[in-house]
Amino acid sequence: MIRKAGFVILVSLAVIYCSGPLLWQFVTSLKPDHELTVIPPVLPLNPTGMHYMAIFREYPFLRIIMNSFLVAASTTVFSLAIGSLCAFALAKLRVGFRAFILGFILSVSMFPPIATVSPLYIIIRFLELRDTLTALIITYTTFSLPLSVWIMTSFFKEIPDEIYLAAKVDGCSPFQIFYRIMLPLSMPGLFTTAILVFIFSWNEFLFALTFTSTQASRTIPVAIALFPGLHEVPWGDIAAASMVVTLPLVVLVFVFQKRIIEGLTAGAIKG
Amino acid sequence: MTGRESGNRFVMPAVLLLFFITVYPVFYVLYLSFHRRLLIFDISEFVLFENYLFLARDDRFWNAFSNTMYFTLMSVSLELFLGLCIAVLLNRTFMLKGLVRAVVLIPWAIPTVVSAKMWEWIYNTDFGLLNFLLGMKINWLGSTFWAMNAAILMDVWKTTPFVVILLTAGLQVIPRELYHAARIDGAGNWAVFRTITLPLLKPVILVVLIFRTLDAFRVFDAVYVLTGGGPANTTETLSIYAYKVLFQTLQFGYGSALSVIVFICTACISLFYIKILSRGAR
Repeated sequence: MIRKAGFVILVSLAVIYCSGPLLWQFVTSLKPDHELTVIPPVLPLNPTGMHYMAIFREYPFLRIIMNSFLVAASTTVFSLAIGSLCAFALAKLRVGFRAFILGFILSVSMFPPIATVSPLYIIIRFLELRDTLTALIITYTTFSLPLSVWIMTSFFKEIPDEIYLAAKVDGCSPFQIFYRIMLPLSMPGLFTTAILVFIFSWNEFLFALTFTSTQASRTIPVAIALFPGLHEVPWGDIAAASMVVTLPLVVLVFVFQKRIIEGLTAGAIKG
Repeated sequence: MTGRESGNRFVMPAVLLLFFITVYPVFYVLYLSFHRRLLIFDISEFVLFENYLFLARDDRFWNAFSNTMYFTLMSVSLELFLGLCIAVLLNRTFMLKGLVRAVVLIPWAIPTVVSAKMWEWIYNTDFGLLNFLLGMKINWLGSTFWAMNAAILMDVWKTTPFVVILLTAGLQVIPRELYHAARIDGAGNWAVFRTITLPLLKPVILVVLIFRTLDAFRVFDAVYVLTGGGPANTTETLSIYAYKVLFQTLQFGYGSALSVIVFICTACISLFYIKILSRGAR
């Protein structure tokens, strides 16, 4: 009985530790400005939605959310298309230097972004892609490819070879086999990859900070980092903004918890 | 695999993209690092190792280097310890297990910038939750002693879920019979953990260490948003210093030399771990 109580307490501690800061940010977002500086910091006496209204009224926050959504969605589509095609070939077809290519893709995932950001900046400036969403989409697609390829390869490998051979006997070309048979069969894998790539692109900061200079292409992390505050930091507005951009992710985590864990372990351990 | 159609053309798009957006820039950054290049004045001259010689005598570089090492060492070991505790805790079956695991995932999913801002507010000297809970008045982000440790604590909070997930996966493949046998032999909790769990978990722990060490070594956004590298450069990591040189002073030559150093360090870290891993496999 005591053991069980101890276990429950420890689990509760872990839960509070992991969710506490986010809950506190939520509480902050509901406080009117004058309550933010009240000591002791308590729950809001007069909860208000003013900060939520403010971020949409006083900053182009809707635009920024749309930017982030466009970038993350396009990246997810491209990364999945290119990555799964590559993974299919690596898992089911004859590919020259197969081990070398897999090793190459793995080592690329270890490249520090800071080591590529200065040349990419020069290239993007040269191509006149500065301050465009295209620049971010191309970069994110590339940097999320290793993850897509590794996860999808392990999913394609689990599909029995007989299915591939049977389709071949029926006269399908490899590309037909890929999109008519393999893709539908590996929907769970695609889905898992999609969530991880989406979260990665939604959260990325370094490239977004470097390649964007105006609201035209600013994404959420950059907008939050550069939140304007002339005389004092607008803590309430920042809290509201962070709740708005975090909520979709928290929903993803709760609904697809199993898939996310599956994807992370497939990407990391089997890789 | 023999008798199969060639898949080379299916691999091509991915490989080409990776080549042009990651490999080519790495060579380009090496090339830049041999130049004095100032973007604003359109100056570009070949100086060979001048940037690297300057770097060796640059106190701010060595400061950033030791900050990065301290950050990596502290945050990775704390994450591993905490992650191991939580993973072992959650490895039992209990009610609401799925829910608890989802909650544990939350910090991982939150954008780093958002978590930095959340913690900046929690660390606030006058109105922050942390000082209130501790009943103290510590200037967390403004003091040269606390700032780096505050950044480490935030990073540990943010990335422990990843460690927990990988270790949980590792724990699940350990055969239950081993635990039963050990219990019958009269082993206690600690003995079971030390003689069964830990050794069998070693390969996964190594993988966790690779991923986390690499990530911690190239840390940028967490610390950059939380402290901006201050106070007095005490939290300036290599990536932050390189970023400032590149995009605030626009010295693309010297900044690229710093980037190359980060690249070489991460390559060394990977090689070191791969060597350990392959030795373990033999």
